[in-house]
Amino acid sequence: MHSVSSQPQNLAGPSRRYLRRLGLRMSPGRISALLAAGLLTLGFLPFIKLGLVVNGLILGSVIALGAIGLTLVYGILKLGNFAHGDYMALGAYVAFFIVDGVLPRVGIEGAGLGPFTFGFPVLIALPLAAVVVALGAIALDWLIYRRLRDRAASTAILMMASLGVAIAIRGLVQLIWSGETQHYPRESRQVYHLPMDVRIPPDGLFVAVLAVILVAGVYALLTYTKIGKAMRATSDNPTLALVSGINTGRVVWWTWGIGGALAAVAGVLLAVVQAQLLPIMGWKFLIPLFAAVILGGIGNPYGALIGALIVGVSMELSTQWINPSYKPAVAFAIMIGVLLARPRGIFGDAL
Amino acid sequence: MDIGGVIDYLIGFAIMAMIYAVFALGLNVHWGFTGLFNIGIAGFFALGAYTAALLTSPPPDPDQFEDFIFGGNLANHGLLDLGVDAWFLLGLAAAALVCGLVALIIGTITLRLNDDYLSIATLGIAESVRFFFLNEKWAANGSKGLYRIPKFLGDVVAPESYDYLYVVVVLVVMLILFAAVQRAVRSPWGRVLRAIREDEVATAASGKNVFHFKLQAFVLGSMVMGIGGALFAHHVRFLSPLTFDPLLATFVIWAMLMVGGSGNNLGAILGAFVVWGVWAGTQFLPGVLSDPSFRLLMIGVLIVTIMLLRPGGLLGEWRRIVERRPASVAGRDPAGPD
Amino acid sequence: MALLKASNVVAGYGGTEILHGVSIKVNAGDVVTIIGPNGCGKSTLMKAIVGLVSVWAGSVHFRGVDISDQDPEQTVRNGLCYVPQTDNVFPSMTIRENLEIGAFVRRDNHQFRIDEMFDLFPDLRRSARRKAGTLSGGQRQMLAIARALMLDPVLLLLDEPTAGLAPALVEGVFKRIQDINSTGVAILLVEQNARDSLRMSDRGYVLSGGVNQLQDTGPALLDNPEVGRVYLGG
Repeated sequence: MHSVSSQPQNLAGPSRRYLRRLGLRMSPGRISALLAAGLLTLGFLPFIKLGLVVNGLILGSVIALGAIGLTLVYGILKLGNFAHGDYMALGAYVAFFIVDGVLPRVGIEGAGLGPFTFGFPVLIALPLAAVVVALGAIALDWLIYRRLRDRAASTAILMMASLGVAIAIRGLVQLIWSGETQHYPRESRQVYHLPMDVRIPPDGLFVAVLAVILVAGVYALLTYTKIGKAMRATSDNPTLALVSGINTGRVVWWTWGIGGALAAVAGVLLAVVQAQLLPIMGWKFLIPLFAAVILGGIGNPYGALIGALIVGVSMELSTQWINPSYKPAVAFAIMIGVLLARPRGIFGDAL
Repeated sequence: MDIGGVIDYLIGFAIMAMIYAVFALGLNVHWGFTGLFNIGIAGFFALGAYTAALLTSPPPDPDQFEDFIFGGNLANHGLLDLGVDAWFLLGLAAAALVCGLVALIIGTITLRLNDDYLSIATLGIAESVRFFFLNEKWAANGSKGLYRIPKFLGDVVAPESYDYLYVVVVLVVMLILFAAVQRAVRSPWGRVLRAIREDEVATAASGKNVFHFKLQAFVLGSMVMGIGGALFAHHVRFLSPLTFDPLLATFVIWAMLMVGGSGNNLGAILGAFVVWGVWAGTQFLPGVLSDPSFRLLMIGVLIVTIMLLRPGGLLGEWRRIVERRPASVAGRDPAGPD
Repeated sequence: MALLKASNVVAGYGGTEILHGVSIKVNAGDVVTIIGPNGCGKSTLMKAIVGLVSVWAGSVHFRGVDISDQDPEQTVRNGLCYVPQTDNVFPSMTIRENLEIGAFVRRDNHQFRIDEMFDLFPDLRRSARRKAGTLSGGQRQMLAIARALMLDPVLLLLDEPTAGLAPALVEGVFKRIQDINSTGVAILLVEQNARDSLRMSDRGYVLSGGVNQLQDTGPALLDNPEVGRVYLGG
């Protein structure tokens, strides 16, 4: 994969160099494939409801926040974390607890902040939930996965343990908050009407903007900070990272911290977009998450971002032709398609 | 409850425990002997159950099921008029066949790649099967479900004592499957599976086509699961997509195998009885202990604990599982010499 | 006092013992070469010294401190750096980033050290922004060595640095190794090109079947008829 880029460096324009830094190398084959896909999309444009694309990008932003954490954990710890969806659900419920049980006691209540359905309390709860889930993910690593790694347990054992964690978190959430549907305090709001029958709910705009900010933050962290570079190095070549003197324990903590925090934010945003919380919401989100991760190449956060947007848009667009309840199956179909055609994902598996 | 009631209850319990034992045997072929990670048992469970039910149920009553166009005993459509009892056996075979076919497709796609992909794909299969039967009302009446699934040899005994007959049927099928699986894993073929589980690279180096062996094991285990689904359909005689939620159709079975000991067929059956016994027993307890959420939590904790302490299982760690994995962040380099 | 002293090291993987009691010694500033047939445990010995493989029995002392149970991270901090035979760069990171990772444990500004590396390996400066995975075999080997030198080690472990390189490049690698050694860095080398490496070595060891077979000065081993017959191709 790495040896394909044979163009001399001086021919690479700034945009290509930028793409390359993102881990998205452009070979002639890839460019023509993208062009073909673009033309195909243009050809279909008259038949596509643009509004669904917008919905898809919003859904894709939520998937992206979950998938980036999942792919980082996958790349660095070699663990396909089946509990990642349940970390999302946990985040959504912790925020619900803060909004519903804690903030009202100190007199902070409300919904319908500006154009949004949710209120100020959700904005307070969002970072708190992120911190709680990040710490929880680190604690679970310390309690469980660290011991398994020390024992050099197989990846299957690690994944099995993460399945147990997933089940336990869901049981706990259900035990505390019941299996009934909950929602953050909300007031109904007007959606923005754009030409071509595009409707954007303000909440969706909030989700997309927040996702963009967070993804940019992750990019900056991975590219410019010492710990970010150490994370990429560990994902690339764990043994060499170890003999380069990288404190892999700290890398592991940061990975879980970032992954957990992003998952919690994704969970809250999912609860905002779907206007409800259910204990099973995270588990049901696993297939789109893994589809995005595999599409982008395991361990590649930028690939996961693109993969998430593709999966999100495909899921929403599919509702134009097939039953909306098949949306997760669409994500599954994309995943199988990728496994058949390009098992290492569309961008290879590099950070 | 009089003594007869107690016995009736125990018979019902034994039927469910043995059906679960069939699933545990299938999962043992996947995980216990080959190390394949199937977290979508519910998918094969549902496929097996629906296949058997659709082949044997009487055709839908048009007055009640407008959307329900497929299904019903093929005999009633003028094909192979063998009677319900023969169709029960054909249904078991068909359930195995359908599950085997799906496993063949999924396995062919994923097993050439990293092991992790199989588990994600099985999860996808389980959810997709559920969506299919939920949404495609024509296929099996959607969420209202199928509820005229016939009994096997239903004419032979009185309805109130039918379970006494069916428990024997399930026992016989389970024993046949136990013997078959036992024979398979004790054969040279089974030894290759265990070699793959212990050290895939070395097995491949010794000239074995690891992919083919894994695929065969995946198909075989899934076929066993399909038969379990068929047995289940004819026992509860009502199926809806909601029957196959991950808790009761996947996670409980994992708990059974974990308790019984992976790689140990007798242990798998024992684990099914123990876990189902705890499950059924605790529903009479007051308060939180019978709360499904609490049970979910406990199953999760159980799986994690077993992974931490005895990855080979609680009761039957007959053979130590040698663990291996690629160089990881904290592990020392396990690669081979020079 | 010896810089590095491995005494009767027993080590292996899983349940398989590879080294059955190997002893070697590297003095400060020396070049020491280990040769031996495939599977004799050369690479395992390197990994055992750096701490990637656990030492089951015997001891490894570096600068007088027992490092046989030490984490690689600490060993590296103390000035013992290691270049694996394969997978010795971070393929998706740029050359500059690879060097930065090499300096991970340095707290000072390491830019000057990167410049020194670019002076030593001018090829690398020209393509500092290229991803390591796109480099040719020779460049990759240079980068791997440069990465390990970022910490200013007193001892450099090189596992077959010329493996897989075109013969024309091999000479260059040995030249660089001598350059590095001339700055006072001791070098422990595992090599297939026994003739070239023994010629520049202060000491040489022959391992066979996980035990010491022969040891002598480099030139003396070169002249040893037995070594000549078995390892130097006559």
